[in-house]
Amino acid sequence: VTHQQTRSRQGKLRLQKWFVPTSEREKKKVIRDMIMLVLPRQPRTCNFLQWKDLKIVYKRYASLYFCAGLEEHDNELLALEVLHRYVELLDKYFGNVCELDIIFNFEKAYFILDEFLMGGEVLETSKFAVNVSMEQADTLQETMEEYMSKPAY
Amino acid sequence: MPAVSKGDGMRGLAVFISDIRNCKSKEAEIKRINKELANIRSKFKGDKALDGYSKKKYVCKLLFIFLLGHDIDFGHMEAVNLLSSNKYTEKQIGYLFISVLVNSNSELIRLINNAIKNDLSSRNPTFMCLALHCIANVGSREMAEAFASEIPRILVAGDTMDSVKQSAALCLLRLYKTSPDLVLMGEWTSRVVHLLNDQHMGVVTAAISLITCLSQKNPDEFKTCVSLAVSRLSRIVSSASTDLQDYTYYFVPAPWLSCKLLRLLQCYPPPEDGAVKGRLVECLETILNKAQEPPKSKKVQHSNAKNAILFEAISLIIHYDSEPNLLVRACNQLGQFLQHRETNLRYLALESMCTLASSEFSHEAVKTHIETVINALKTERDVSVRQRAADLLYAMCDRSNAKQIVAEMLSYLETADYSIREEMVLKVAILAEKYAVDYSWYVDTILNLIRIAGDYVSEEVWYRVIQIVINRDDVQGYAAKTVFEALQAPACHENMVKVGGYILGEFGNLIAGDPRSRYVPFCLMFTLLFFFSLVPCLLTCSQKLRPQSRRCCAAIARSATQMLNCSSELRVKEFHLQRFWSPFSQATVLEEMPPFPERESSILAKLKKKKGPGAVSVTELEDSKRESGELNGAGERGPDPSVMAASNASTPSPSADLLGIRSAVPVSAPASSGSLLVDVFSEAGPTASSGAVNDDGFLRFVCKNNGVLFENQLLQIGIKSEYRQNLGRMYLFYGNKTSVQFASFTTTVILDNCLQLNVQSKPVEPLVEGGAQIQQVLNIECLTDFSDAPLLNIKFRYGGALQNLTLKLPVTINKFFQPTEMASQDFFQRWKQLSQPQQEAQKIFKANHSMDTEVIKAKLLGLGMALLDNVDPNPENYVCAGVIQTKSQQVGCLLRLEPNAQAQMYRLTLRCSKDSVSKRLCELLAQQF
Repeated sequence: VTHQQTRSRQGKLRLQKWFVPTSEREKKKVIRDMIMLVLPRQPRTCNFLQWKDLKIVYKRYASLYFCAGLEEHDNELLALEVLHRYVELLDKYFGNVCELDIIFNFEKAYFILDEFLMGGEVLETSKFAVNVSMEQADTLQETMEEYMSKPAY
Repeated sequence: MPAVSKGDGMRGLAVFISDIRNCKSKEAEIKRINKELANIRSKFKGDKALDGYSKKKYVCKLLFIFLLGHDIDFGHMEAVNLLSSNKYTEKQIGYLFISVLVNSNSELIRLINNAIKNDLSSRNPTFMCLALHCIANVGSREMAEAFASEIPRILVAGDTMDSVKQSAALCLLRLYKTSPDLVLMGEWTSRVVHLLNDQHMGVVTAAISLITCLSQKNPDEFKTCVSLAVSRLSRIVSSASTDLQDYTYYFVPAPWLSCKLLRLLQCYPPPEDGAVKGRLVECLETILNKAQEPPKSKKVQHSNAKNAILFEAISLIIHYDSEPNLLVRACNQLGQFLQHRETNLRYLALESMCTLASSEFSHEAVKTHIETVINALKTERDVSVRQRAADLLYAMCDRSNAKQIVAEMLSYLETADYSIREEMVLKVAILAEKYAVDYSWYVDTILNLIRIAGDYVSEEVWYRVIQIVINRDDVQGYAAKTVFEALQAPACHENMVKVGGYILGEFGNLIAGDPRSRYVPFCLMFTLLFFFSLVPCLLTCSQKLRPQSRRCCAAIARSATQMLNCSSELRVKEFHLQRFWSPFSQATVLEEMPPFPERESSILAKLKKKKGPGAVSVTELEDSKRESGELNGAGERGPDPSVMAASNASTPSPSADLLGIRSAVPVSAPASSGSLLVDVFSEAGPTASSGAVNDDGFLRFVCKNNGVLFENQLLQIGIKSEYRQNLGRMYLFYGNKTSVQFASFTTTVILDNCLQLNVQSKPVEPLVEGGAQIQQVLNIECLTDFSDAPLLNIKFRYGGALQNLTLKLPVTINKFFQPTEMASQDFFQRWKQLSQPQQEAQKIFKANHSMDTEVIKAKLLGLGMALLDNVDPNPENYVCAGVIQTKSQQVGCLLRLEPNAQAQMYRLTLRCSKDSVSKRLCELLAQQF
């Protein structure tokens, strides 16, 4: 997996992660081209596209498109399940995840992705194990009250 | 705001995000962001020390602003401070910020590395994982230098927690990918391989990605992983769906691990050990059998996971290409998928079948699905699936079904999507040429192609049909007749007119018997009128026409002149014609067209450039070369050097001939899309100027010294070079292909990453007139051995636009070779002397070009070493010896290349007295064969 992105139906990028070194200019171009390619596609068409040397795998969940760019030898079907597993993990963590959860807790969405993928490879496929480490992380954090007492700005 | 907010909430952040979301316009958003940035800046600069929470909150806000697409140029220091916090959440945000916004400030990197070092040695698994994630996310060279030796230790240590091991494995993989030279596995190798046996499935899953990557680079050291992988795979495949607990995904046991194991096995040839092989074949059969079982769940995730393993297994079967039984079963399975209701499976089945079609065992089996594939091409709703179907038709085409397939592709072209037309046209043109049994069919096909999709027929395609007609006597009459008929149509495509003009100009006399042929002059006049519309441009640009286009015009002109003599009503036009053709001498016009010298089909070259699935494989290219040879009757006529000379002599443009260099390279090959029209209206040329380094041409020059390094619609750069001892001289020829002057033309040689070379040059003239060519000489001295190549930056103004181009100069270490002849005994003695592991570099790789002995020999000689006969006991192998001359030292090098024609693989071994040289030569050469 070379990169993964999540975007809204209007094409707004909600989350992006790059696993191979890419210049900012190149990133912008990839993002723009992928919006052009993926958003206009009809429902029930195939979830794979060829874009230059990259294989693009995408799937729509409610208002969000989850996309991944693959290298030549990566397995498309499995990449589709990588996206699905990620959505499951978000769902489990947030409880019925929606786009707003990802907007407001963008840092959490990144942390969950980190627990699941590293350098573009699957780190841990067990939903249980990922959740345990997220829970552990949360227990390490200070209590809500402690924060609520702080000023907003 | 969302209902759920677990762990910590940062209210200030949430408020800020809400504000941004409520902004009605882009301006309002920017205003709000600027306000926030000012606020944060003042907080960071303020006298009052901020507590951890505030720091975290502001850093997080900065991150959010950055992710919205705004630039952030401060806050790095505060983020680094967070790294050393003891609070997990602060540390975590700090790491996230650093990972997303890496800054190359060296002081900062030192601080970051320090913090990471502390966390790695903290023995707190959560902190260790955070640190490893940060290294993997940034993955810079500095980080690799600091941690590449530490991480393997963590990975194999007995007391490391499983979760840390997983992170360590993938972190190491990431570092290996960016800086392979810094990650030395050596002593760790066997312990890493044995991670395949680890109890914890998560550890195996992570470790196997690392092992796969390492195996690709060092297959020999890791080959023990094959048997371990097979036994692990066999255990998974035979386990019940509940055995693996949480590693079972929708009733499929460990799909990720299974696929990765199958992928790892694809790095190696089939296992030699009979027992291991038997076990593996059993696994593959079980996987194929499972595909026939009823699904355990209706969920798409279940079938996706199951089929992912199936497709990976099929890839392995295709990779081995040695089990006819499995290959045919795989083909049948894919055949079932071709009609599956799931679009994804149809897509993948078409894609896999493409590779299956190239195996001799399954080619016939693939062909039985032709009707289904044709149907897919016609009825699929999704363009990407149709594209795959077209690729597969191309791959399964052979002499027996070429006519059907070409006909189907032509009829599809009429309605094909614009995005894939050009590629389709090339494919049709190649198939028609490759499998033409009678040439009238070939001519018909290409003319149809022009009729249906004229805009997409590049000049390579229509040049090629002319070439073939010129070189084959038996098709000329037919071609003239057909093209004449085609031109009767009320509207003809420009390309049809060009082809028609040329063919009738040459062979119009062959249809003199046709009662309608008295119209030929009209027809030609029609053609000419077309060109007349370009007269004003032609008069100024005629000197810049490419040889082919020029020949084409000349042919029309000649026959028109002849016709005019007998056709009085057209004589009035003669005056214009004379004016038109005055730039060419009368003699040139009346000269008979020489046959085309045979050369590699330029359309193949073009399709090859396009890459992607379904691109032409090397063997096809060779085949086609051979076949087109017979097609053209090149055997009888062959290349005629005087032809080149003649056509060059009559070309007033210097850009057409780089001191004769062009005759050494395929003349029509430059696959720039410039058609005649583009050449003429050069203003329509590209305005895009790219600053990225272009190294397309670079690798082509490893084994040769002269040729065209770069060409686009504006500029052509040719190279001639010579080397002696540690010195070299390179002549660069910059040709302006347009009619417009290039201003402020400057070239700079950049040696930033290649300080081992000393390169001197004089600046070039700042003005390059349209059509002119200027020369620059570079004097090169090699001080010591080097790896990176110098860059050449070219800047100039074309029209108003600044063009900026950076190329890799093809100066490679092997240019400084002195060949050394030696006897077998000496060779092996020296080979043994160079036995330290670092002195050797080895690579096993797939053949990318013809494995023909003469071709290989020519390349090895071009490399600069002496090719030693009767040295290696196996006559199939090649051995070479040479000394690289640098100013500071001499490096002795020995090379051994072992081809395996059956597997289409090579093993390349280099031993040099200096390790960096072995490595670099190995890298360079692995891409040449």
